Amino acid sequence: MNSLTKASTLSSENISVWFGQRQVLSDVNLVFPANKVTALIGPSGCGKSTFIRTLNRMHELIPGAGLAGSVFLDGEDIYGEDFDAVSVRIKIGMVFQKPNPFPTMTIRDNILSGLRLSGRKIENGDEVAETSLRRASIWNEVKDRLNDQAISLSGGQQQRLCIARSLAMNPQVLLMDEPCSALDPGSTRRIEETIKELSSSMTIVIVTHNMQQAQRVSDQTAFFLADDNTPGGVVEFGSTEQIFNGPIDQRTNDYVNGHFG
Amino acid sequence: MGKLAFMSESSVSKSVPERRKLSAGPLSTGDKWFFRTTSIAANFAFVLVAFILVFLFIQALPALTSQGLPFVYGTEWNNQKDPIVMQIGPMIWGSLLIGAIGVIFATPLAVSLAYLIVFMLPSRLAKVATTLVDLLAALPSVIIGLWGLFVFSPVAAEWATILNKYLGWIPIFQVKSADNGFGGSPFIAGWIVAIMIVPIITSITREVFSQLDRDLINGALALGGSKFSTFRRVIFPTSAGAVVGGILLGLGRALGETVAIYYVLQITFNINWAQILEPNGGAVASMILSKFGEATQDEVSGLIAAGLVLFILTLGINFIASIIVNRAQPWRKN
Repeated sequence: MNSLTKASTLSSENISVWFGQRQVLSDVNLVFPANKVTALIGPSGCGKSTFIRTLNRMHELIPGAGLAGSVFLDGEDIYGEDFDAVSVRIKIGMVFQKPNPFPTMTIRDNILSGLRLSGRKIENGDEVAETSLRRASIWNEVKDRLNDQAISLSGGQQQRLCIARSLAMNPQVLLMDEPCSALDPGSTRRIEETIKELSSSMTIVIVTHNMQQAQRVSDQTAFFLADDNTPGGVVEFGSTEQIFNGPIDQRTNDYVNGHFG
Repeated sequence: MGKLAFMSESSVSKSVPERRKLSAGPLSTGDKWFFRTTSIAANFAFVLVAFILVFLFIQALPALTSQGLPFVYGTEWNNQKDPIVMQIGPMIWGSLLIGAIGVIFATPLAVSLAYLIVFMLPSRLAKVATTLVDLLAALPSVIIGLWGLFVFSPVAAEWATILNKYLGWIPIFQVKSADNGFGGSPFIAGWIVAIMIVPIITSITREVFSQLDRDLINGALALGGSKFSTFRRVIFPTSAGAVVGGILLGLGRALGETVAIYYVLQITFNINWAQILEPNGGAVASMILSKFGEATQDEVSGLIAAGLVLFILTLGINFIASIIVNRAQPWRKN
């Protein structure tokens, strides 16, 4: 564990996003402190997923995407000249909504795929695979079948494999875009446990539609909302305790208590 | 006792319940007619292929019995001899050689083109490019043949001269004598075939690429993959089976190609194993075309037998194609 990189503080300053001429996010300012889990909540279409994609420069892959503002990783602008998209994505990992293990690869090769894709040398592949799978708490389930095809796993296992795949890159920040939305309650619980364990070594940002999940896993919560025909933005940002038990804004109160969305 | 007997009887009847008759057949008169027309059409295709095979076999039988097995591997065709000698070894090998050259040239072109269309061009340009490539498939092969003869052959002969000059130490680029010129070679015929099969391979590869799960590609990029490493490690391996299927379909067309090859290839009955720059080659379909006009009764049977061999060869390749496509994607079954 000593070789692991330290968690970093990530922050967004005045992030606005466009798709073509349409502005979908306006002026998002959030700070994700090191070793904290931040939940992004809000109704569908409010720009949470769009926002999380600006944090590792996946946003710019969409044709017609536009951006204003900055994202700082320990004070350095990831859109600045010192960074390229590839090195940003190595430092800031991402787990997607739907488990997406590479279907042509074995479990072991999936774990090592990031190292191969980014052109790094793999020295102690077995060790990397074991460490990553252990950190994603799936080692015991797959240790005897590392050479099986990854898609022979169940959906929940596939998602934990994808988490392990990101962990193999030793990211400082892990972004999770509704990682449990396609999973059953049992798998969801295990992933939530994993998130809590991982926060000791990295910073985590998670988009979720599940209020209980946000309360269970996160230290702080940001509530996003897009009013009709206006770009989305952050309505309220604070400790998870405050957002769920004593929100200042009426709209936050309505949302977390299930009155809309 | 009575009660017990009753219980055991009922449990027996419960363990083997009577099955009801289920029907997944047509639901209405309209359904019935729809079912009939589609099954007639489906059977028609099957019957047609069977009839063609039977026709070819009957017509080919005299030549096959008189020539025996050397028909497929011998290297002589002489209608002056008595009995007549008809052997198509060089043609069969030539077809395979030209097909292979065509596939080797066409595949990288087609895969790059498909990648460009799906992942790089803006959608409007992509549509234009797709239409252009599909148009290439619509060009009649006689046009490609004439263009190949008058325009392309001289250019390709220049390329061949350069290949022979600098890479002549590699056996496949050797020629007996540079004085023979570099026209009429399997190299040129291979290029012509490549141009004709690029659209098929491109269109299948484009289809596979565009149906790829974008989450897989995004997953690779999010792990720090470059465009190229993502192509090499994720996009291509995931599509490879289908691409191979496209290549073999292309090969099927290459083997059947007649007129275009007829115009650009020097057909001889000397087997040319792999000296692709030599003005000496063969192709079953083109040979049939070249001989059919002046064929004697016996020769016609021989030519039809050649057609039968080609037909079986193509069927075989399609069969292998389907096996490869299935085997290349064991993960698809899940």
